[in-house]
Amino acid sequence: MKHILKIMGLLAAISAIWIGLLETSVVPRSYTWLLPIYLIVTLGCYGLLMVGVGLMFFPTCPQEAVLLQQDIAEAREFLIGKAIDVGSD
Amino acid sequence: MAEERMEEEEEKEREKENAKYSILIPTYNERLNIALIVYLIFKHLRDVNFEIIIVDDGSPDGTQDVIRQLQQVYGEDRILLRARPRKLGLGTAYYHGLKHASGDFVIIMDADLSHHPKYLPSFIRKQKETGANIVTGTRYVKNGGVHGWNLMRKLTSRGANVLAQTLLWPGVSDLTGSFRLYERSVLEDVITSCVSKGYVFQMEMIVRATRKGYHVEEVPITFVDRVFGSSKLGGSEIVEYLKGLVYLLFTT
Repeated sequence: MKHILKIMGLLAAISAIWIGLLETSVVPRSYTWLLPIYLIVTLGCYGLLMVGVGLMFFPTCPQEAVLLQQDIAEAREFLIGKAIDVGSD
Repeated sequence: MAEERMEEEEEKEREKENAKYSILIPTYNERLNIALIVYLIFKHLRDVNFEIIIVDDGSPDGTQDVIRQLQQVYGEDRILLRARPRKLGLGTAYYHGLKHASGDFVIIMDADLSHHPKYLPSFIRKQKETGANIVTGTRYVKNGGVHGWNLMRKLTSRGANVLAQTLLWPGVSDLTGSFRLYERSVLEDVITSCVSKGYVFQMEMIVRATRKGYHVEEVPITFVDRVFGSSKLGGSEIVEYLKGLVYLLFTT
């Protein structure tokens, strides 16, 4: 199944629940009308939160850059020993 | 009957032990890096049966001369040069290299040393442990990481990732990474149905693979961006990425 259909299905299910709530008036209608807006705001907040958290805990590895320089020096030495031209960058 | 099956299993086990790996590296003007990376691959994969396939897109800087020198040192059967006349794009470079691969598994990595060969054993180990069809390197988990990105680059990367995770539910944490190990038949299957370019190509590969039901595992990798500025994301890249997302929403 195409993924867009899954998402549409999910949206349809949510709309169905919403319409059901509107029809049966379990909660006051004025509240129910606002629910889709809450949903969109929640989704937006979730997105921003995930980006924020991702940024805060963005894994960095400065030590890897140092290790790489060591590896490069080692490789260079070997390659020069084999007369492979690695002179200019 | 049971005995026969056991023998078959053992046969399979043995095959796995002696599995051959083809390491596919597309290059363009990487004369220094390709020498360094080849040395590091041989250093970190001592007891592994592997070949390196370099697809060079007609680099004018003498990359191919360096590769020929490397062939003299390591052997022409270990380093294969499969050049193309001019720059023809990444996706087709993989396809071109794949045609010449003789391994049971194909490992794809970048030539610019942002992918360190020291992680190759963990890809191979992970595949053996889990029997996965694909092992993909992820930068966004513990023990993984990125070096050399400014705040803007991190922000776009996080934003792009959250968007893709929310819309596509791909089941992997790093969609645009390109350090991956594929079972050869799986790569052959997936690559023929992929049409995108650039970042989106990597995303399309992994999303299509998960949709086809292939078993995908992840290993942490670190990504050291040495060429500052090369990974700057412009507005056009972001537009391409969003187009790619929509395309994948409708076609996978």
